[in-house]
Amino acid sequence: MPLNLTDMEPTNAPAKPQFSAAAQDEIKRIITHYPEDRKKSALLPVLHIAQAEFGGWVSPEVQTLVAETLDLKPIEVYEVATFYTMFNLKPVGKHVLEICRTGPCMLRGSDELTAHLERLTGARVGGETSPDGLFTLKEVECLAACGFAPIVQVREKYYEQLDTPENVDAMLTELRSMVHRPILPWEALAQN
Amino acid sequence: MGRKLLTEHINVEGIDTFEVYRKHGGYRSVEKALKTMTPDEVVEEVKKSGLRGRGGAGFPTGLKWSFLAKPEGVPRHLVCNADESEPGTFKDRQLMSKLPHLLIEGMITSSYALGANTSYIYIRGELLYVLRILEKAIAEAYANGFLGKNILGSGYDLDLHVHPGGGAYICGEETALLESLEGKRGNPRNKPPFPAVQGLYARPTVVNNVESIAAVVPIINDGGDEYAKLGVGKSTGTKLFSACGHLNKPGIYEIELGVPVEEFIYSDEYCGGIWKGRELKAVVAGGSSVPILPKELILKTAAGENRLMTYESLSDGGFVTGTMLGSGGFIAMDETTCIVRNTWSFSRFYHHESCGQCSPCREGTGWMEKVLHRLEHGHGHIEDIDLLVSVAKQIEGNTICPLGEAAAWPVAAAVRHFRDEFEWHVTHAKEAARPGAVYPGKAVLA
Repeated sequence: MPLNLTDMEPTNAPAKPQFSAAAQDEIKRIITHYPEDRKKSALLPVLHIAQAEFGGWVSPEVQTLVAETLDLKPIEVYEVATFYTMFNLKPVGKHVLEICRTGPCMLRGSDELTAHLERLTGARVGGETSPDGLFTLKEVECLAACGFAPIVQVREKYYEQLDTPENVDAMLTELRSMVHRPILPWEALAQN
Repeated sequence: MGRKLLTEHINVEGIDTFEVYRKHGGYRSVEKALKTMTPDEVVEEVKKSGLRGRGGAGFPTGLKWSFLAKPEGVPRHLVCNADESEPGTFKDRQLMSKLPHLLIEGMITSSYALGANTSYIYIRGELLYVLRILEKAIAEAYANGFLGKNILGSGYDLDLHVHPGGGAYICGEETALLESLEGKRGNPRNKPPFPAVQGLYARPTVVNNVESIAAVVPIINDGGDEYAKLGVGKSTGTKLFSACGHLNKPGIYEIELGVPVEEFIYSDEYCGGIWKGRELKAVVAGGSSVPILPKELILKTAAGENRLMTYESLSDGGFVTGTMLGSGGFIAMDETTCIVRNTWSFSRFYHHESCGQCSPCREGTGWMEKVLHRLEHGHGHIEDIDLLVSVAKQIEGNTICPLGEAAAWPVAAAVRHFRDEFEWHVTHAKEAARPGAVYPGKAVLA
């Protein structure tokens, strides 16, 4: 008996991801920065857009979408997404706290900050997400803000001088109070 | 207080807007270059200035420009390296976020000198917020006729774009940066061909650091000779130092090259001394890749002369008793700092950031991190110390790009000057592994 292929398709398959209209416009603008036959140059900027649009990480489906958008083979996207540390390859919490751990931050207390954030959020560094789904803790290397150490980056914002409990609390309070993610720059452009 | 050529107006309200920047003398170098100078004359001024690459290598910028190949009919590119990632270095981030128009002005003047009609600023991906600031400023420059077609009626066209990285230290290496700008993994290229001949899209390309390009502005405004009057010997002009670690006043300081290191650390005009009233133990003077020096050798050379903030003075004594000016990332460590722990942190960084192309670096950085980890955590053997030196030696000179050396030098220098502290981590393993343990002895000076 021939296999009925239709029956084998999962019924709960997630809808194929699509960029928003605002993101598509932004991507079009970015592509014009490079020679016509060098569309691949837009890969990193488009991956950033994709990560911001699709919940803070780039799933294999999202990477495939990026490939289609730029006329690339999917492998050309996978090999790049896995090379650069900013792209998260697993689902993340609402806010990804990227804690700098390199020498200058360590000198000003990043080890203590990390332990403190683990206690406060209930997540462990190394990509774990807190039980409430709010925070993912990720250790990163030098963020180029050593004079304001220790530092945490969340999306496009730097939280600096987190060597006092007050500053750490202020950061977490701000993040907890965010009901929605911040408006993305291309969304703001589309609104105007 | 010395002269400030780049950061004089950094705290002026609204200086990040075109209007205020212009009011404070902004974009004069573009007018002067495009209206009164040929591209070669601009290159000549930069040569005369003696400006040396501010990213870390210190190669003369004018000379680098003069290597650019100019085959007929092939576009050329200027790419600004804003992938600031060297631990201890945070000057470019400040410069770009506060004075975006200074970099744009430098890019226009420099692109004109090189005959580039499309230029890029490659900024590290973590600084997306700075990318937004730059893009806003670029839009203002277009709107005011300083970018686009026929700039100031000169017939010169230039498009300028900002491109984000994705989190990879290696992309600060110029050929890895170009690969990354082409949408690939940041694996450094074999050289030759050098970027000046085959760079971005296999076209002739110059890659310069943010601060180098910004320095072109005062050089063209005042002339290369005027610029060269500042500083000492072959260390001309001013330089941004980003001071961090255990200092009372960490931050960015633009200084005329030649200030004594002691003054830079202790004077209230600069870093204001060591925090918490403590003693200085050691300094990494030019970003994490350069050799660490104990207090005695950073303040004075082995010959007993005052060490100055210049390329020559900081490297006096070679790697035996000297270091390098590097990127100007100045990391100070107080008397309670554990050198083994700090070296381990740097090794972990290089291991994490090795692109994995060359086995000496890929494997060697991993081994150094592992051995330093066990020394720091009380499981080391006395032979481990020589093992570290041996691994470092086997990386040096055996890799495509300088990340290998950048990883090897700090380890070799730490063992050179602090061998007793490493030994103490073996002989007093339990005590040394305690969090906050402080080695009671002294550094080895030579």
